[in-house]
Amino acid sequence: MHELSIAESILDAVRKEIALHPGAVPLRVGVRIGSMAAIDEEALTFCFEVVVHGTEWETLKLETKVIPARRICNSCGNTFIIEDYNSVCPACGSEDTRADGGDELDLEYLEVETDEAPVP
Amino acid sequence: MKRLSLESKVLNENQRVADSLRQRFRENGVLCLNLISSPGSGKTALLEQTLAHLDPTTRVAVLTGDIQTDNDARRLARFGFPVKQITTGGTCHLDGRMIERHLEDWSLADLDLLFIENVGNLVCPSSYDLGEASKIVLLSVTEGEDKPLKYPSIFFKSDLFILMKVDLLPYVPFSAELVEENARRVHPGMEVVRASAVAPGGLDQWLVWLRSRIAAAKGSQAFAAAGR
Ligand SMILES: Nc1nc2c(ncn2[C@@H]2O[C@H](COP(=O)(O)OP(=O)(O)OP(=O)(O)O)[C@@H](O)[C@H]2O)c(=O)[nH]1
Ligand SMILES: [Mg+2]
Ligand SMILES: [Zn+2]
Repeated sequence: MHELSIAESILDAVRKEIALHPGAVPLRVGVRIGSMAAIDEEALTFCFEVVVHGTEWETLKLETKVIPARRICNSCGNTFIIEDYNSVCPACGSEDTRADGGDELDLEYLEVETDEAPVP
Repeated sequence: MKRLSLESKVLNENQRVADSLRQRFRENGVLCLNLISSPGSGKTALLEQTLAHLDPTTRVAVLTGDIQTDNDARRLARFGFPVKQITTGGTCHLDGRMIERHLEDWSLADLDLLFIENVGNLVCPSSYDLGEASKIVLLSVTEGEDKPLKYPSIFFKSDLFILMKVDLLPYVPFSAELVEENARRVHPGMEVVRASAVAPGGLDQWLVWLRSRIAAAKGSQAFAAAGR
Protein backbone atom coordinates (compact mmCIF):
# COMPACT_ATOMS: atom_id res chain seq x y z
CA MET A 1 0.00 0.00 0.00
CA HIS A 2 2.18 2.83 -1.20
CA GLU A 3 -0.69 5.00 -2.43
CA LEU A 4 -0.55 6.85 0.89
CA SER A 5 3.02 7.99 0.33
CA ILE A 6 2.14 8.85 -3.27
CA ALA A 7 -0.80 10.96 -2.05
CA GLU A 8 1.53 12.78 0.34
CA SER A 9 3.97 13.45 -2.49
CA ILE A 10 1.15 14.95 -4.57
CA LEU A 11 0.16 17.26 -1.73
CA ASP A 12 3.81 18.26 -1.24
CA ALA A 13 4.02 19.21 -4.91
CA VAL A 14 0.83 21.27 -4.61
CA ARG A 15 2.21 23.08 -1.55
CA LYS A 16 5.40 23.97 -3.43
CA GLU A 17 3.50 25.20 -6.48
CA ILE A 18 1.02 27.25 -4.44
CA ALA A 19 3.88 28.97 -2.62
CA LEU A 20 4.81 30.47 -6.00
CA HIS A 21 1.32 31.94 -6.46
CA PRO A 22 0.42 34.02 -3.42
CA GLY A 23 -3.33 34.38 -2.97
CA ALA A 24 -4.21 31.40 -5.15
CA VAL A 25 -6.55 28.79 -3.70
CA PRO A 26 -6.02 25.28 -5.10
CA LEU A 27 -9.18 23.54 -6.31
CA ARG A 28 -8.13 20.52 -8.33
CA VAL A 29 -4.88 18.73 -9.00
CA GLY A 30 -4.57 16.51 -12.05
CA VAL A 31 -2.40 13.39 -12.12
CA ARG A 32 -1.66 11.08 -15.03
CA ILE A 33 -1.14 7.41 -14.17
CA GLY A 34 0.32 4.92 -16.60
CA SER A 35 -1.45 1.56 -16.69
CA MET A 36 1.90 -0.06 -15.79
CA ALA A 37 2.63 2.30 -12.89
CA ALA A 38 1.43 -0.06 -10.14
CA ILE A 39 -0.85 2.63 -8.77
CA ASP A 40 -4.45 1.85 -7.94
CA GLU A 41 -6.58 4.81 -8.99
CA GLU A 42 -9.28 4.25 -6.37
CA ALA A 43 -6.84 3.64 -3.55
CA LEU A 44 -4.93 6.78 -4.48
CA THR A 45 -8.11 8.88 -4.55
CA PHE A 46 -9.11 7.49 -1.17
CA CYS A 47 -5.65 8.10 0.31
CA PHE A 48 -5.62 11.64 -1.02
CA GLU A 49 -8.93 12.36 0.74
CA VAL A 50 -7.42 10.97 3.94
CA VAL A 51 -4.29 13.09 3.57
CA VAL A 52 -6.14 16.39 3.06
CA HIS A 53 -8.90 15.66 5.57
CA GLY A 54 -9.02 18.16 8.41
CA THR A 55 -6.28 20.31 6.87
CA GLU A 56 -6.37 23.62 5.04
CA TRP A 57 -6.29 21.54 1.82
CA GLU A 58 -9.58 19.81 2.59
CA THR A 59 -11.38 21.23 -0.47
CA LEU A 60 -8.63 20.22 -2.89
CA LYS A 61 -9.77 17.46 -5.25
CA LEU A 62 -7.56 14.92 -6.94
CA GLU A 63 -8.35 14.17 -10.57
CA THR A 64 -6.75 11.04 -11.98
CA LYS A 65 -6.48 9.84 -15.52
CA VAL A 66 -5.14 6.42 -16.44
CA ILE A 67 -3.25 6.31 -19.69
CA PRO A 68 -2.81 3.04 -21.56
CA ALA A 69 0.57 1.50 -22.28
CA ARG A 70 1.89 2.23 -25.77
CA ARG A 71 4.57 0.82 -28.03
CA ILE A 72 6.57 2.25 -30.92
CA CYS A 73 7.28 0.17 -34.00
CA ASN A 74 10.99 -0.05 -34.81
CA SER A 75 10.19 -0.87 -38.43
CA CYS A 76 7.67 1.81 -39.43
CA GLY A 77 7.72 4.27 -36.51
CA ASN A 78 4.02 3.85 -35.75
CA THR A 79 2.95 4.45 -32.12
CA PHE A 80 0.10 2.26 -30.91
CA ILE A 81 -1.85 1.47 -27.77
CA ILE A 82 -1.43 -2.10 -26.56
CA GLU A 83 -4.62 -4.09 -26.33
CA ASP A 84 -4.68 -7.46 -24.63
CA TYR A 85 -0.88 -7.42 -24.49
CA ASN A 86 -0.60 -7.65 -28.25
CA SER A 87 2.74 -6.02 -29.00
CA VAL A 88 2.69 -6.56 -32.78
CA CYS A 89 2.51 -3.34 -34.82
CA PRO A 90 -1.04 -3.03 -36.20
CA ALA A 91 0.20 -0.88 -39.11
CA CYS A 92 2.89 -3.10 -40.60
CA GLY A 93 2.73 -6.36 -38.64
CA SER A 94 6.29 -6.07 -37.32
CA GLU A 95 7.10 -7.75 -34.01
CA ASP A 96 10.06 -5.44 -33.50
CA THR A 97 8.48 -2.85 -31.22
CA ARG A 98 9.55 -1.08 -28.03
CA ALA A 99 7.72 0.28 -24.98
CA ASP A 100 6.74 3.95 -25.01
CA GLY A 101 6.04 5.02 -21.44
CA GLY A 102 3.34 3.19 -19.53
CA ASP A 103 4.73 3.70 -16.04
CA GLU A 104 3.94 7.43 -15.84
CA LEU A 105 3.05 8.99 -12.53
CA ASP A 106 2.98 12.63 -13.49
CA LEU A 107 1.50 15.82 -12.17
CA GLU A 108 -0.38 17.41 -15.01
CA TYR A 109 -2.12 20.55 -13.78
CA LEU A 110 -3.29 22.50 -10.79
CA GLU A 111 -6.49 24.48 -11.01
CA VAL A 112 -6.62 27.47 -8.72
CA GLU A 113 -8.96 30.29 -7.82
CA THR A 114 -7.05 33.55 -8.04
CA ASP A 115 -7.89 37.06 -6.94
CA GLU A 116 -6.09 38.45 -9.97
CA ALA A 117 -8.28 40.43 -12.33
CA PRO A 118 -9.13 38.25 -15.35
CA VAL A 119 -7.21 39.10 -18.47
CA PRO A 120 -9.66 40.77 -20.89
CA MET B 1 -10.24 30.04 -12.22
CA LYS B 2 -6.87 29.36 -13.69
CA ARG B 3 -5.15 26.14 -14.77
CA LEU B 4 -1.44 25.94 -14.01
CA SER B 5 0.49 23.40 -15.99
CA LEU B 6 2.73 21.32 -13.73
CA GLU B 7 4.29 18.67 -15.99
CA SER B 8 6.57 17.01 -13.48
CA LYS B 9 6.83 13.61 -11.89
CA VAL B 10 4.89 13.06 -8.69
CA LEU B 11 7.96 11.40 -7.22
CA ASN B 12 10.35 14.03 -8.53
CA GLU B 13 12.17 14.25 -5.21
CA ASN B 14 12.89 10.50 -5.27
CA GLN B 15 13.80 10.76 -8.94
CA ARG B 16 16.37 13.45 -8.21
CA VAL B 17 18.05 11.26 -5.58
CA ALA B 18 17.89 8.20 -7.85
CA ASP B 19 19.42 10.09 -10.78
CA SER B 20 22.31 11.23 -8.61
CA LEU B 21 22.85 7.69 -7.28
CA ARG B 22 22.77 6.32 -10.83
CA GLN B 23 25.42 8.79 -11.90
CA ARG B 24 27.65 7.89 -8.93
CA PHE B 25 27.29 4.16 -9.68
CA ARG B 26 28.21 4.77 -13.30
CA GLU B 27 31.21 6.94 -12.52
CA ASN B 28 32.52 4.30 -10.13
CA GLY B 29 31.79 1.34 -12.41
CA VAL B 30 29.38 -0.17 -9.89
CA LEU B 31 26.64 -2.41 -11.24
CA CYS B 32 23.61 -1.85 -9.01
CA LEU B 33 20.80 -4.40 -9.14
CA ASN B 34 17.45 -4.02 -7.36
CA LEU B 35 15.89 -7.40 -6.48
CA ILE B 36 12.12 -7.43 -6.08
CA SER B 37 9.68 -10.23 -5.23
CA SER B 38 6.89 -11.10 -2.85
CA PRO B 39 7.93 -12.27 0.64
CA GLY B 40 9.70 -15.61 0.59
CA SER B 41 10.33 -16.05 -3.13
CA GLY B 42 14.02 -16.50 -2.38
CA LYS B 43 15.81 -13.15 -2.72
CA THR B 44 18.06 -13.73 0.27
CA ALA B 45 18.64 -17.38 -0.65
CA LEU B 46 19.68 -16.35 -4.17
CA LEU B 47 22.04 -13.73 -2.76
CA GLU B 48 23.54 -16.17 -0.25
CA GLN B 49 24.36 -18.64 -3.01
CA THR B 50 25.55 -15.85 -5.30
CA LEU B 51 27.97 -14.56 -2.66
CA ALA B 52 29.20 -18.11 -2.15
CA HIS B 53 29.78 -18.74 -5.88
CA LEU B 54 30.87 -15.41 -7.30
CA ASP B 55 34.46 -15.00 -8.45
CA PRO B 56 36.37 -13.95 -5.29
CA THR B 57 37.83 -10.96 -7.14
CA THR B 58 34.39 -9.38 -7.57
CA ARG B 59 33.96 -6.68 -4.96
CA VAL B 60 30.35 -6.93 -3.90
CA ALA B 61 28.16 -5.36 -1.23
CA VAL B 62 24.52 -5.83 -0.26
CA LEU B 63 21.82 -3.57 1.12
CA THR B 64 18.86 -5.56 2.29
CA GLY B 65 15.50 -4.03 3.12
CA ASP B 66 12.88 -5.38 5.47
CA ILE B 67 10.06 -3.89 7.48
CA GLN B 68 11.45 -5.47 10.64
CA THR B 69 14.44 -7.58 11.82
CA ASP B 70 18.03 -7.81 10.64
CA ASN B 71 17.75 -11.56 9.92
CA ASP B 72 18.57 -11.18 6.23
CA ALA B 73 21.66 -9.04 6.88
CA ARG B 74 22.89 -11.64 9.36
CA ARG B 75 22.34 -14.45 6.84
CA LEU B 76 24.28 -12.51 4.21
CA ALA B 77 27.10 -11.20 6.42
CA ARG B 78 28.44 -14.74 6.87
CA PHE B 79 30.07 -14.52 3.45
CA GLY B 80 32.47 -11.79 4.51
CA PHE B 81 31.25 -9.04 2.15
CA PRO B 82 29.90 -5.71 3.41
CA VAL B 83 26.20 -6.00 4.17
CA LYS B 84 23.78 -3.53 5.68
CA GLN B 85 20.22 -3.99 6.79
CA ILE B 86 17.75 -1.23 5.98
CA THR B 87 14.83 -1.53 8.38
CA THR B 88 11.94 0.53 7.05
CA GLY B 89 9.80 0.28 10.19
CA GLY B 90 6.54 -0.19 8.32
CA THR B 91 7.18 1.22 4.86
CA CYS B 92 6.45 -1.31 2.13
CA HIS B 93 9.31 -0.30 -0.20
CA LEU B 94 12.80 1.19 -0.24
CA ASP B 95 13.30 4.71 -1.60
CA GLY B 96 16.27 6.62 -2.95
CA ARG B 97 16.98 8.44 0.30
CA MET B 98 17.28 5.20 2.26
CA ILE B 99 19.86 3.94 -0.23
CA GLU B 100 21.79 7.22 -0.17
CA ARG B 101 21.88 7.23 3.63
CA HIS B 102 23.05 3.62 3.94
CA LEU B 103 25.81 4.11 1.38
CA GLU B 104 27.35 7.00 3.30
CA ASP B 105 30.24 5.12 4.87
CA TRP B 106 31.02 2.85 1.92
CA SER B 107 33.39 3.89 -0.84
CA LEU B 108 31.78 3.17 -4.21
CA ALA B 109 35.21 3.19 -5.85
CA ASP B 110 35.93 -0.04 -3.95
CA LEU B 111 32.89 -1.86 -5.35
CA ASP B 112 32.03 -3.67 -8.58
CA LEU B 113 28.58 -4.86 -7.66
CA LEU B 114 25.88 -3.62 -5.33
CA PHE B 115 22.82 -5.75 -4.67
CA ILE B 116 19.74 -4.17 -3.19
CA GLU B 117 17.25 -6.66 -1.79
CA ASN B 118 13.98 -4.75 -1.67
CA VAL B 119 11.23 -5.25 0.90
CA GLY B 120 9.21 -8.39 0.10
CA ASN B 121 6.35 -6.93 -1.96
CA LEU B 122 5.48 -7.34 -5.62
CA VAL B 123 3.74 -3.99 -6.04
CA CYS B 124 5.04 -0.98 -4.15
CA PRO B 125 8.82 -1.26 -4.77
CA SER B 126 8.22 -1.00 -8.50
CA SER B 127 7.30 2.70 -8.19
CA TYR B 128 10.56 3.79 -6.56
CA ASP B 129 13.69 4.20 -8.63
CA LEU B 130 16.78 3.49 -6.51
CA GLY B 131 19.33 4.45 -9.14
CA GLU B 132 19.79 0.79 -10.09
CA ALA B 133 21.02 -0.30 -13.52
CA SER B 134 18.28 -2.91 -13.58
CA LYS B 135 15.36 -4.10 -11.58
CA ILE B 136 15.17 -7.87 -11.32
CA VAL B 137 11.92 -9.62 -10.48
CA LEU B 138 11.89 -13.02 -8.78
CA LEU B 139 8.94 -15.37 -8.69
CA SER B 140 9.04 -18.91 -7.32
CA VAL B 141 7.30 -21.93 -8.77
CA THR B 142 4.84 -22.17 -5.88
CA GLU B 143 3.29 -18.79 -6.61
CA GLY B 144 1.24 -19.54 -9.74
CA GLU B 145 1.81 -18.90 -13.43
CA ASP B 146 -0.65 -16.01 -13.56
CA LYS B 147 1.39 -13.64 -11.40
CA PRO B 148 2.98 -11.70 -14.30
CA LEU B 149 -0.55 -10.87 -15.48
CA LYS B 150 -1.78 -9.99 -11.98
CA TYR B 151 1.26 -7.86 -11.12
CA PRO B 152 2.23 -6.56 -14.57
CA SER B 153 4.03 -3.42 -13.47
CA ILE B 154 7.04 -5.08 -11.91
CA PHE B 155 7.42 -7.47 -14.85
CA PHE B 156 7.08 -4.54 -17.24
CA LYS B 157 9.80 -2.58 -15.46
CA SER B 158 12.30 -5.37 -14.76
CA ASP B 159 15.11 -6.28 -17.14
CA LEU B 160 15.35 -9.85 -15.87
CA PHE B 161 12.90 -12.40 -14.51
CA ILE B 162 14.39 -15.06 -12.26
CA LEU B 163 12.11 -18.05 -11.91
CA MET B 164 13.13 -19.35 -8.47
CA LYS B 165 12.92 -22.73 -6.75
CA VAL B 166 12.87 -24.71 -10.00
CA ASP B 167 14.10 -27.69 -7.95
CA LEU B 168 10.46 -27.91 -6.78
CA LEU B 169 9.01 -28.19 -10.30
CA PRO B 170 8.52 -31.98 -10.04
CA TYR B 171 6.36 -31.52 -6.96
CA VAL B 172 4.06 -28.64 -7.87
CA PRO B 173 1.56 -28.23 -10.71
CA PHE B 174 3.28 -25.30 -12.36
CA SER B 175 4.30 -24.70 -15.94
CA ALA B 176 7.59 -22.84 -16.33
CA GLU B 177 6.78 -22.33 -20.02
CA LEU B 178 3.43 -20.71 -19.24
CA VAL B 179 4.83 -18.30 -16.63
CA GLU B 180 7.54 -17.25 -19.07
CA GLU B 181 4.96 -16.74 -21.79
CA ASN B 182 2.88 -14.60 -19.42
CA ALA B 183 5.94 -12.53 -18.47
CA ARG B 184 6.68 -11.94 -22.14
CA ARG B 185 3.11 -10.85 -22.83
CA VAL B 186 3.58 -8.06 -20.31
CA HIS B 187 7.18 -7.42 -21.33
CA PRO B 188 7.89 -8.59 -24.87
CA GLY B 189 11.37 -10.05 -25.24
CA MET B 190 11.94 -10.18 -21.47
CA GLU B 191 15.03 -12.11 -20.40
CA VAL B 192 14.28 -15.06 -18.14
CA VAL B 193 16.58 -17.36 -16.18
CA ARG B 194 15.58 -20.36 -14.11
CA ALA B 195 17.30 -20.74 -10.76
CA SER B 196 17.45 -22.81 -7.64
CA ALA B 197 19.25 -21.91 -4.47
CA VAL B 198 19.46 -25.56 -3.41
CA ALA B 199 20.03 -27.70 -6.52
CA PRO B 200 23.58 -28.23 -7.79
CA GLY B 201 24.23 -25.89 -10.71
CA GLY B 202 21.01 -24.05 -9.85
CA LEU B 203 22.65 -20.68 -10.30
CA ASP B 204 24.42 -21.33 -13.60
CA GLN B 205 22.11 -19.33 -15.91
CA TRP B 206 21.91 -16.47 -13.43
CA LEU B 207 25.70 -16.27 -12.98
CA VAL B 208 26.19 -16.11 -16.76
CA TRP B 209 23.78 -13.17 -16.94
CA LEU B 210 25.40 -11.50 -13.92
CA ARG B 211 29.00 -11.83 -15.14
CA SER B 212 28.16 -10.37 -18.51
CA ARG B 213 26.43 -7.41 -16.86
CA ILE B 214 29.39 -6.79 -14.53
CA ALA B 215 31.74 -6.79 -17.52
CA ALA B 216 29.44 -4.40 -19.42
CA ALA B 217 29.31 -2.01 -16.44
CA LYS B 218 33.11 -1.91 -16.29
CA GLY B 219 33.24 -1.34 -20.03
CA SER B 220 30.85 1.60 -19.91
CA GLN B 221 32.81 3.15 -17.04
CA ALA B 222 36.01 2.95 -19.12
CA PHE B 223 34.12 4.41 -22.08
CA ALA B 224 32.78 7.29 -19.96
CA ALA B 225 36.26 7.99 -18.54
CA ALA B 226 37.83 7.98 -22.02
CA GLY B 227 35.20 10.37 -23.34
CA ARG B 228 35.95 12.96 -20.69
N1 LIG C 1 13.34 -25.50 -2.52
C1 LIG C 1 13.81 -24.26 -2.55
N2 LIG C 1 13.61 -23.45 -1.50
C2 LIG C 1 14.08 -22.19 -1.56
C3 LIG C 1 14.80 -21.71 -2.68
N3 LIG C 1 15.12 -20.42 -2.47
C4 LIG C 1 14.64 -20.11 -1.25
N4 LIG C 1 14.02 -21.18 -0.68
C5 LIG C 1 13.37 -21.20 0.62
O1 LIG C 1 12.30 -20.25 0.63
C6 LIG C 1 12.20 -19.61 1.88
C7 LIG C 1 12.27 -18.11 1.73
O2 LIG C 1 13.52 -17.73 1.18
P1 LIG C 1 14.16 -16.29 1.42
O3 LIG C 1 15.46 -16.28 0.72
O4 LIG C 1 14.16 -15.95 2.87
O5 LIG C 1 13.10 -15.38 0.70
P2 LIG C 1 13.10 -13.77 0.55
O6 LIG C 1 12.58 -13.47 -0.79
O7 LIG C 1 14.44 -13.24 0.89
O8 LIG C 1 12.04 -13.35 1.67
P3 LIG C 1 11.82 -11.88 2.32
O9 LIG C 1 13.14 -11.21 2.45
O10 LIG C 1 11.20 -12.19 3.63
O11 LIG C 1 10.88 -11.16 1.40
C8 LIG C 1 13.33 -20.18 2.73
O12 LIG C 1 12.81 -21.18 3.55
C9 LIG C 1 14.29 -20.73 1.71
O13 LIG C 1 15.06 -21.80 2.20
C10 LIG C 1 15.01 -22.61 -3.78
O14 LIG C 1 15.61 -22.28 -4.81
N5 LIG C 1 14.49 -23.87 -3.66
MG1 LIG D 1 15.01 -11.79 2.28
ZN1 LIG E 1 5.12 -0.95 -37.89
